[in-house]
Amino acid sequence: MHTALVEGGQATVDTAAQFEPFFPGLIILLPLIGFLINGALALKHARVSAAAVRLGGELDLGEGDHRPETHTLPSYVGPGVMLAAFLIASVNFIRMLSVELHEPHVIEYWTWIATGTFTVDAAIQLDQLSILMTMIVTGVGFLIHVFSVGYMSDDGGYPRYFSYLNLFIFFMLVLVMGASYPLMFVGWEGVGLCSYLLIGFWFSDREKSDAGKKAFIVNRIGDFGFLIAMFLLFGMFGTLDFVPLFSEADNLEYGGSLVTAVTLFLFLGAAGKSAQIPLYVWLPDAMAGPTPVSALIHAATMVTAGVYLVVRSSVLYALSPIASATVAGVGVFTALFAATIALKQNDIKKVLAYSTVSQLGYMFLGVGVGAYATGIFHLITHAFFKALLFLGAGAVIHSMHRSLHRTNDHQDPQDMRNMGGLKAFMPITWGTMWVATFAIAGIWPFAGFFSKDEIIWQTAAFGGAARAPYPALYQVYWVIALGTAILTAFYMTRMMVMTFHGSNRTGVEEAKHLYEAPPVMWLPLMALAVLSVVGGWINVPEALRETFIGLGPLTSEWLHRWLEPVTEQAHHIQEFNLGEVAEQAPFGGGEVTWAVISTVLALATVLTSFHLVIRKNVRAAAEDPELSGFSKVLYHKWYVDEVYDRLIVQPLIRTSRFCWRVIDARVIDGIVNGVGWAARGVGFIVSMFQTGTVNTYALVLTIGALIILGVSVF
Amino acid sequence: MTALLDSIGYSGWVLHTLIWMPILGIGLVLWADEQRAKYVAFWWSAVVLILSLGLWWAFDPTVGGIQMESATPWIKSWGVSYALGIDGISLFMVMLTTFSASISILASFNYIQNRQRPFYALMLMLEAGVVGVFLATDLFLFYVFFELTLVPMYFIVGIWGGARRIYAAIKFFLYTALGSLLMLVGILYLVYRAKTLLGAPTFAYAELLQVPLSGTEQLWLFGAFALAFSVKIPVFPLHTWLPDAHVEAPTSGSVILAAVLLKIGTYGFLRFLLPLFPVAAQHPVVVNTMLVLAVIGIIYTACVAAVQSDAKKLVAYTSVAHMGFVVLGIFALNVNGLQGGLVVMISHGISTGALFLLLGMLSERRHTREIEEFGGIARVAPWFATAFVVTALASIGLPGTSGFVGEFLVLLGAFEDHKGLALTATLGVILSAYYMLPMVQRIFFNPLEKQENREIRDLSKREIVILAPLCALMIWIGWNPTPLLERMEPSVRAVIERVEGATIEARARVEDEVNEGQIVDDGQE
Repeated sequence: MHTALVEGGQATVDTAAQFEPFFPGLIILLPLIGFLINGALALKHARVSAAAVRLGGELDLGEGDHRPETHTLPSYVGPGVMLAAFLIASVNFIRMLSVELHEPHVIEYWTWIATGTFTVDAAIQLDQLSILMTMIVTGVGFLIHVFSVGYMSDDGGYPRYFSYLNLFIFFMLVLVMGASYPLMFVGWEGVGLCSYLLIGFWFSDREKSDAGKKAFIVNRIGDFGFLIAMFLLFGMFGTLDFVPLFSEADNLEYGGSLVTAVTLFLFLGAAGKSAQIPLYVWLPDAMAGPTPVSALIHAATMVTAGVYLVVRSSVLYALSPIASATVAGVGVFTALFAATIALKQNDIKKVLAYSTVSQLGYMFLGVGVGAYATGIFHLITHAFFKALLFLGAGAVIHSMHRSLHRTNDHQDPQDMRNMGGLKAFMPITWGTMWVATFAIAGIWPFAGFFSKDEIIWQTAAFGGAARAPYPALYQVYWVIALGTAILTAFYMTRMMVMTFHGSNRTGVEEAKHLYEAPPVMWLPLMALAVLSVVGGWINVPEALRETFIGLGPLTSEWLHRWLEPVTEQAHHIQEFNLGEVAEQAPFGGGEVTWAVISTVLALATVLTSFHLVIRKNVRAAAEDPELSGFSKVLYHKWYVDEVYDRLIVQPLIRTSRFCWRVIDARVIDGIVNGVGWAARGVGFIVSMFQTGTVNTYALVLTIGALIILGVSVF
Repeated sequence: MTALLDSIGYSGWVLHTLIWMPILGIGLVLWADEQRAKYVAFWWSAVVLILSLGLWWAFDPTVGGIQMESATPWIKSWGVSYALGIDGISLFMVMLTTFSASISILASFNYIQNRQRPFYALMLMLEAGVVGVFLATDLFLFYVFFELTLVPMYFIVGIWGGARRIYAAIKFFLYTALGSLLMLVGILYLVYRAKTLLGAPTFAYAELLQVPLSGTEQLWLFGAFALAFSVKIPVFPLHTWLPDAHVEAPTSGSVILAAVLLKIGTYGFLRFLLPLFPVAAQHPVVVNTMLVLAVIGIIYTACVAAVQSDAKKLVAYTSVAHMGFVVLGIFALNVNGLQGGLVVMISHGISTGALFLLLGMLSERRHTREIEEFGGIARVAPWFATAFVVTALASIGLPGTSGFVGEFLVLLGAFEDHKGLALTATLGVILSAYYMLPMVQRIFFNPLEKQENREIRDLSKREIVILAPLCALMIWIGWNPTPLLERMEPSVRAVIERVEGATIEARARVEDEVNEGQIVDDGQE
């Protein structure tokens, strides 16, 4: 079936107007080329700087135009390849818009792995979902590359930074464009590698290096699940290519135990990559990396790969009500849990990190209730507003860092308690970040309102379906989702107020050195701010569009229809087994009513918390008293890291030591040495050779050869 | 290329050349003066390597059996002949041997400062022996080569090794020699059976394959052979000689040991155990024992590796874990498992070989292997760090490197019939990150605190020449393993067919015998 479809390396599609891809391979290849060029520059530069370090100093890079080419070229190569890739992706996107593409367009390049019974090609798959993800990855990726030119300009590892960043994009594109699970897994672990390298970018710092290692190991726990799922799938279908696998999947039994196992193992992978309970612990630590990295990898793209995985496998998830309920449940509890931690964090990036974990939880809630397009919708809007928030935080940290550096102040430049009143110094950052805050808080008509509200609504609708599997459970999910939205509005407002409003706490001298970020940094902020407003208008449900909330002709339900070819199979399964979804929420009220309620609640929370926090006397970090009670628990993140360390890490290390010192050294070697004693005679004879000279050895060898020769004559 | 090779009659002489050239080289090295010996040895081994590369094209990938065969009677009265041949299983082992021999000779240039001539002579002798092991199609000849590899390795560890070299060398020798003695008994019994059947003794592999053996005989013989090969691999719990041998051996010894000597064990399983004793090889007790030991090896040694303070010992333990994957793949007894096992053998040879080379270069610079002594080296030796990270990633099986292809296929194959065990083995994926990344971090990342570390030099040109092809191979195999896989597939299929061909009655017969109480040890402790 697959071979018939993909004859001669080209998929044939039975539509009137054929989709003609426009050099799609280049989209992947360009970042790879960027990586190779920047990587070569990085290696070249590293030798020079190593020589300086060896002499006990640091390499002086000089200023602006006088920098060596290893520091000027990446500024063009890094963002340049991204722009080119984005443009090519756009051409493909526009071409796909103009045709009806029902089947994915698969392009094979070479046979990757082929044994007698298992074959997987190096092939990419172009369809509505993968092209959308490609647009996000290259588009947002390009903006963040541009921002990085400013943010990283004074860093000694500049070319290395861009080589990692380009390599990340390469793997991310393999992840979203790969036409099979194994190829997706290449991207999956590849982005994990880049995440590891970039979190530990400043590797001389033990803490940052630790954070990178932690991210890699925790992700590998998830990857374990991904691998097991692949083995199970291969046993079920004999292939791991998406197209034949999903078309066969229709024949599976609804709610079968195998498909449940597969989807749960896949979700373990997703939980690792997308930082969900119980594997979320690496993401907050990942903030050790440069801030644009947090924006690109740990907010906009890589961490959403788990959501992409679930949507890509939507057929399988639709077949398993247990797995879907688990995905939704883990999602919504993670959303709540992370939001509670975000309430008490003082590090601006930590707030955003927990906020990301929380928003990813929303996405999983969405895909868990079968609203696959809605999950992707929130993924897209989140990519805009969260990238914006991180880049904004980056601009703030950049400014704070420079100011503290120039005044030889050793305060923490990321601690919001040391900020305050930055609005006056950085108006663009301030304005754009408020746009993103409105978006994430779910205030109409910003992007996040439409996507988050849709997820919450779909939860209610799904739970109320005619034959919904666990209706009461989904009502609980729905209430938690609503409640978490209020927490979101609160902690985001708190962050904005502590950073930009109130009195300035940096110190008088320090304040003189605070500036707005340069254009190369605020231009991407502006672009993302626009997207954070209009990004939600691509998918406004019909019910809302009939009222003023739908913004009339400005909006459409485009995304939902666009993804239809990818999700329809799953929707059919769901509709067939569960019946029509509900039109009413649990306590009554339709979609429009609850949309109004939720945005009013969000707005009220923003206004109240603004006044609450601004009145509170925030003190600089050094003077801030220790927290107590429940606040302390939240500040220490519910002590989950400590519990993991006690229950998993330490026992593992103790067991390992036991294996080595007792089983290996005592038990096994004890027996061996005992045998050795018995065979001491042999050992003694053998050891006699030790004392001899080379001639002895030669003699022994000769005698041996002679014996063999003698035997052969005989 | 094929035409060119045909025109010089390549297939006719290459196998002999690959054995006799290194032996000839021994004379040349001993004849050269002390300071030049290393150059003679290197260039000589490089020529052997280049000659072996032709096999890539000359090898006919459509043939499942042994090809380029030649046999000359040697000891007629015993039925021994000097018989060589190659198939898709030995092809890569031979190329891996010639490759790692050249590389490790080149890597010894600085490390070996005294008694250079005998050292390089022994290296060439080792090369000849290992190539012979992989090429011999006569069991007597195989055994001679098998023993021949012991001697040079014993001296390399015992003379040029570290402080506890004597203990390590004797431990290595005793373990291996005891195992191989049992195998010798097994071979002789096999020949005796052949004699009663054919009227004359024979050691020829092809003829011994025809000897019908009862189920009980198979189990006993399997046990004898399996013990010898399991020590070599090494299979848990026969592994404790390996960390000692690695730690004490000079770099080149470790490289050869990891890259090819361990592979003799798994090669023995594929070449002899499975085809000669197919009924025993698929007996559920045998299969389950081997699989369980393999999985224990993967999990247990990964854990032990993680708590080592000596970097070289750490890598030595990871070798056991990797070889566990090979055994797992072999006893999955299907095409994916076996091919995966072969790829792991190749990949492990390259990546672990490279790790030992890198650690050797590191201890040449710092005269210590204690992980705690290092830290922050990436700042002063960035190329070194890059090579190390690439190698470490290949070693832990990151997709896009050779390590992934092999492990993935092994687990895919094992998962077909042994879900629980394969699932447990997959935990090794997590554990590999748990042992490897902390070491990378503690050596190359973290603050650069010690003055000695600040003075560490980056890679020299010679070292780049050594490491670049290794890194390139890791990535190339990771992205395009198909040329390898298609060359092994017919041979692997032949082994599988041979095993599956052992009739159902035969299997039933063995089970009856076992039920009667003649339960046979399958060769493990």
